[in-house]
Amino acid sequence: MSLYTEIGGEPAVNAAVDIFYRKVLKDDRIKHFFDGVDMGKQASKQKAFLTMAFGGPHNYTGEDMRKGHAHLVAKGLNDSHFNAVMENLGATLTELNVPGHLIAQAAAIAESTRKDVLGK
Amino acid sequence: MPTVVYGGQSYECGEQSVLDCLTAQGVPIPSSCRSGSCQTCLMRAIKGSVPEKAKAGLKPTLAAQNYFLPCSCYPEENIEIVLPAEGMGKIEATVASVEYLNADILGIKLHPSKPLTYKAGQFINFFRDAATARSYSLASVPALDHELYLNVRKVPSGLVSGWIFSNLKAGDTVTISEAAGDCFYVPGKPGQNILLIGTGSGLAPLYGIIRDALLNGHTGQISLYHGSYNADGFYLVKELQKLEQYHSNFRYTPCVSEGEAQKDYAQGMVLDIALADNPDLSGWRIFLCGNPDMVNAAKRETFFAGASMNDIYADPF
Ligand SMILES: Cc1cc2nc3c(=O)[nH]c(=O)nc-3n(C[C@H](O)[C@H](O)[C@H](O)COP(=O)(O)OP(=O)(O)OC[C@H]3O[C@@H](n4cnc5c(N)ncnc54)[C@H](O)[C@@H]3O)c2cc1C
Ligand code: HEM
Repeated sequence: MSLYTEIGGEPAVNAAVDIFYRKVLKDDRIKHFFDGVDMGKQASKQKAFLTMAFGGPHNYTGEDMRKGHAHLVAKGLNDSHFNAVMENLGATLTELNVPGHLIAQAAAIAESTRKDVLGK
Repeated sequence: MPTVVYGGQSYECGEQSVLDCLTAQGVPIPSSCRSGSCQTCLMRAIKGSVPEKAKAGLKPTLAAQNYFLPCSCYPEENIEIVLPAEGMGKIEATVASVEYLNADILGIKLHPSKPLTYKAGQFINFFRDAATARSYSLASVPALDHELYLNVRKVPSGLVSGWIFSNLKAGDTVTISEAAGDCFYVPGKPGQNILLIGTGSGLAPLYGIIRDALLNGHTGQISLYHGSYNADGFYLVKELQKLEQYHSNFRYTPCVSEGEAQKDYAQGMVLDIALADNPDLSGWRIFLCGNPDMVNAAKRETFFAGASMNDIYADPF
């Protein structure tokens, strides 16, 4: 079974997106990256992020991640911000009672994008 | 094989998604994840219907208007589709009446020259001339009101609102667009609590939404907070008090932000009062209309208070 199926598929993403996005918007370390954008549209992008981290269907390439975050890198996005997002992801899944070994797999997928997201 | 009509051209998609099919033919459709989650490629079916799967994850108000995601759409029947901003036809309407609701807000009733399909809380565009239009929300409910009902606030030196205040009179013919927007009541979940917060003429869509919900037999609590600087800014007060008398689940709280506390009004910023009365909004449906600063702050605060992002509907203006 794939990680995505094991975590619970789209319903799991839907359950996670509000919790995750609330954490991100309350996190003083990173919330400024999300200023000035439509919250509803932004929430859909969070959903894309979570689907990806859960190993779900997506068509993003490393190059897409690089381009998609380049404007944030220009605003100073660095490892500490990336770590903050990883932390919020882990805390969200813990809150949803996702078993530890699945959280570790999701974290590994997100972690694998670090270089691209940070434009290194 | 089903055909897809877009921009006057027919396409046969075969095994491809509608998005892949159109982009392969060089049609520019904005997209990003191409797998049904980011919603960048949002389109609308104006003829035929799309499989439910193409609407997965969309807000109920978008799904109800046949919006869908072409990246996840494999049509089973012929469809005609448009990008979100297209497809708003224009129609003529006769002004049935114009009356002052308070010193700054006009109540305008319009009689469209042909039946207009809309939901209370959506908006129409009102044309001053072919090139100048502004959006106004519908306070009327199709099943209850014969005419379209608008509440227009006078904006200092406003091009269109100023023109409406000085020129518009009963009997005039005006041009409006078809209705659009996703700030409206969707039936289902009749027991869900609803919070509505508005300032100024932001009451217009909320007044329509409330009556639509009650008409649909909504049983959950429906709490309206209307904010104004002072007591002169309130309008539709008698109508709202009457609704309160007839429907025990509806509560109307007018809030004044400046001056002394007064009987009949809550004192303070409308958002603060609404949140103090309802600190836990988990599971609630939220409607926010009016002053953009209030609406944007309220989106964030109601979300933090537990409302799901998919249950928050807002029109800042
Ligand atoms: C979805 C939607 C629904 C709307 N529904 C309603 C409604 O039901 N009732 C209603 O009265 N209006 C509503 N509006 C606002 C309306 O569309 C116009 O923006 C408003 O009437 C001003 O247009 P105008 O041509 O008179 O002013 P403009 O000529 O566009 O503006 C004149 C000046 O006023 C400033 N200005 C513009 N808007 C405001 C404002 N809101 N407050 C203070 N200053 C401003 C401008 O910056 C400009 O300097 C809605 C807007 C949207 C997008
Ligand atoms: C952990 C690895 C990360 C992954 C896998 C990831 C993935 C994504 C995805 C898939 C999107 C949607 C792109 C689109 O469809 O437009 C996105 C957008 C976004 N991400 Fe990330 N992201 C990551 C880290 C971060 C970090 C660390 C930040 C900032 C703190 C961040 C901020 C944003 C913002 C602000 C957007 C929206 C961009 C816009 O709409 O302008 N992301 N991300």
